[in-house]
Amino acid sequence: MSTRYFGAPIPRNEDRRLLSGQALFVDDVELPGLLHAAFLRSSIAHARIRRIDVTTARKRAGVVAIYTAADLGDYWRPGPLLVPPPPIAGLMFNQRTQVPLAKDKIRHVGEPLAIVLAENRYLAEDALADIEVEVEPLPAVVDLENALSESAARVHGDVAGNIAARAHQRKGDYAAAAAKADHVIRRRFRYDRGASNPIETRGIVASWDARAGHLTVWDTTQAPVFLRNGLAGMLGLSERQVRVIAPFVGGAFGPKIMLFYPEEVVLPWVAIKLNRPVKWIEDRLEHFFATTQERGQIHDAEMALTRDGKILGVKDTFLHDTGAYDPYGLTVPINSQCTLLGPYVVPNYESSFTAVFTNKPAVTPYRGAGRQHGVFVIERLLDIAARELGIDRAEIRRRNFIPPEAFPYNNEIIYQDFAPLEYDSGNYGPVLDKALDMLGYERFVTEEQRRLRAEGRHVGVGIVCYVEGTGIGPYEGAKIQVQANGKVSLVTGIGTQGQGHYTSFAQIVADRLGVDVRDVDVVTGDTDQFYWGAGTFASRGAVVAGNAVNAAATVVREKILRLAAEHFECAEEDLVLADGAVAIAGVPGKSIRLGELALKANPMRGAVRPGTEPGLEATQYFGPPRGATANGVHAMIVELDPDTFVLTINKYVVVHDCGTVINPLILAGQVHGGVAQGIGNAFYEQLVFDDQAQLLNASLADYLLPTALDVPRVELGHTVTPSPLNPLGIKGAGEAGAIPVGPLFAQAIEDALGLPAQGVELLEIPLSPNRLWELVMKGR
Amino acid sequence: MDTERCTVVVSVNGVRYEREVEPRLLLSDFIRHELRLAGTHVGCEHGVCGACTVLFDAEPVRSCLMFAAQANGHEIMTVEGLAPAADRLHPLQEAMHAAHGLQCGYCTPGILMTLVAFLKDNPRPDEAQIRAAISGNLCRCTGYQHIVDAVMRSVA
Repeated sequence: MSTRYFGAPIPRNEDRRLLSGQALFVDDVELPGLLHAAFLRSSIAHARIRRIDVTTARKRAGVVAIYTAADLGDYWRPGPLLVPPPPIAGLMFNQRTQVPLAKDKIRHVGEPLAIVLAENRYLAEDALADIEVEVEPLPAVVDLENALSESAARVHGDVAGNIAARAHQRKGDYAAAAAKADHVIRRRFRYDRGASNPIETRGIVASWDARAGHLTVWDTTQAPVFLRNGLAGMLGLSERQVRVIAPFVGGAFGPKIMLFYPEEVVLPWVAIKLNRPVKWIEDRLEHFFATTQERGQIHDAEMALTRDGKILGVKDTFLHDTGAYDPYGLTVPINSQCTLLGPYVVPNYESSFTAVFTNKPAVTPYRGAGRQHGVFVIERLLDIAARELGIDRAEIRRRNFIPPEAFPYNNEIIYQDFAPLEYDSGNYGPVLDKALDMLGYERFVTEEQRRLRAEGRHVGVGIVCYVEGTGIGPYEGAKIQVQANGKVSLVTGIGTQGQGHYTSFAQIVADRLGVDVRDVDVVTGDTDQFYWGAGTFASRGAVVAGNAVNAAATVVREKILRLAAEHFECAEEDLVLADGAVAIAGVPGKSIRLGELALKANPMRGAVRPGTEPGLEATQYFGPPRGATANGVHAMIVELDPDTFVLTINKYVVVHDCGTVINPLILAGQVHGGVAQGIGNAFYEQLVFDDQAQLLNASLADYLLPTALDVPRVELGHTVTPSPLNPLGIKGAGEAGAIPVGPLFAQAIEDALGLPAQGVELLEIPLSPNRLWELVMKGR
Repeated sequence: MDTERCTVVVSVNGVRYEREVEPRLLLSDFIRHELRLAGTHVGCEHGVCGACTVLFDAEPVRSCLMFAAQANGHEIMTVEGLAPAADRLHPLQEAMHAAHGLQCGYCTPGILMTLVAFLKDNPRPDEAQIRAAISGNLCRCTGYQHIVDAVMRSVA
């Protein structure tokens, strides 16, 4: 196989449509007779509903219908549990999933109470003001620790202490390890909430064809196949009566994998009931309440070490804020628990968590999905250990790396995919070396930093390591078909939200079939085009769907060679595939275009050999035994203004190992974007809830996303340790940029400001100039 | 319900449109849903994200912060009007493609329109100027680096 495209930094096939305004996003869907929906949302976090009266609102001109929970009848039911808890012994889980419209009780600000359908969105929103709601307010459950107390209000009346789940995992014997340790470090770490804020909010268009008995739903989802299956079940339809299309989606980052959002349940029902197409587009204010969020955790962690900095064990007990509902099971806290181990040999580990219901929007994965917290805890513990034991921060990490000969490395606990947490491959030392080299670490700490400090400048350095579980199962599939015009059609069930699937998947096919990469037409996220699949999450698209694409392309290649060999009456070994044709090597004129061969593979008359499949087509599936583990190092040099605590990043380096790379240009983009979100999470973005669980900064003017002035140029380096778990050797990369930025900021800022000498440690994320000022003042 | 309507006559990408609209209709909604030029995207509707940026009499404006009625008698250019021909792209569009300056592509039309106006006034910008120019446009995918690279490539 020639590898003209695989591994090459080629620009993307999908760009032309996006650059010229021709790409279809959900809000671009216009249908005759389209109705527009607006949701009445609760302005209070916790309350019992006494009465909802829509009589006046219904009378408004332009209003077609208004529905509350009572109108949904038997259709009203709590959503499904998307991810059941993994098989961890002794695990306790209280399943309380979100409801389509609040019926008796309100559990967070923004929870929908009613839907208005009107001739346009302006009229629908007008009518919201006419709906009368009478509630009995209840005390809001906000703080994680208070939530557990006997006297706390209950988010779910039957759940004592607001405990959503408890889980405990261990390897070895931490207590015994700690007893013989030279040094034990104990700290409390906090990580607060943020929001994904893709520039395109969520949106849904549902259209019911009564004559055909067919429902079409355009949705900004990351999981169109699951959405189709679930909707069919809820609506009493068969799966083939429902088509879900996830067209171009304007960023997703995890919360768009969540289903079923209340709006996703209600809109299709309305479209069928009214027999009219209906559209709802989330506005930015709604996004801050109606889309799931992440990150609230409190960790009490300790690390036991020898005096030369070898980790003997880690013990971690944490609280996880799951918000008002827990539809995504334990994926986020399990990821925190597992990712904490990082690239290090941790012989003894004891980790337990309690997931807690609060009156805040539900928590489901957002880029990193709990991994941030684990990395924050272990990296900060190592920073403190390095300082207290007098070891260089890079050196203490290197001393604890899992050695390259130890792979596959079994961590003896269960991961989010229910499989044992076993690292497939890795070689961590060279990644760190390369990052230190690119950063100029030695020179910085021995010369530059001293010189700059002598000039009164506050410069600091940070270096953090991480391992990221990626590319988990269960499976994805791909169907490849050579078209009569010579183009190659590729369809897969996953959705795409900017990851470049139209190009990276096309690269795999183009090399296998000898066609131009631009001649591979990729369709993703349309359930009528490809029936099976799971979705885009956990950095798995390239790994799982990519390998399915490779498998399907391999079969189509075999079919091409077989048919061409018959056609030319030659041996398959004599044939070459190139330039969209198959030819006998070295024999001029003995060549046939793939499109022509595809026509021959579909004869209109005559007999074929029994068992013959028509066309040059194949469908293949791929499911890995478990996830592939990528790893990396982020390093940076920062400067802080000691008065304002405004931060400038002077250098930012990422060295990353995600196995075999399909397209380095796309990979770089993924890492850059991840770093930008990590920077937002570390220093700019924080959802601020008051003691009534009211969000105080629900706008982009108040919740600060990093701009082009806040995100530095990222210098990127790679090492390649292929994954043995899939034929292409790929590991995922989508989340890598975002995961370790919190501890990197904490470490570098501490260093720049000399905080430990002032008795101040940065044990929380997000930080900000304001928060730094508070912490420094507290230390004085 | 306020049934008052007003007439908007506007030129968009060189094409004249005349519509009767409610006075409160946002220019962004007018462009997208009345004129069906859906390339202009809406991200926040409070003027922060910049996705809805269009050229209004050759100046970049946030179309979510204006009413359609205010566009009466004016000239607008949207992303659909950038390419010189159906089978060709504007040099900035070409550079964005070559440098991988977009991922999901949702913020891209606003960034293109902002930059087209900026480059007209600043044909040889340095990186700091480019970053300042797009600092009013939020992108959640790219980390901006490849966008900056694209602009530098387009003016090289």
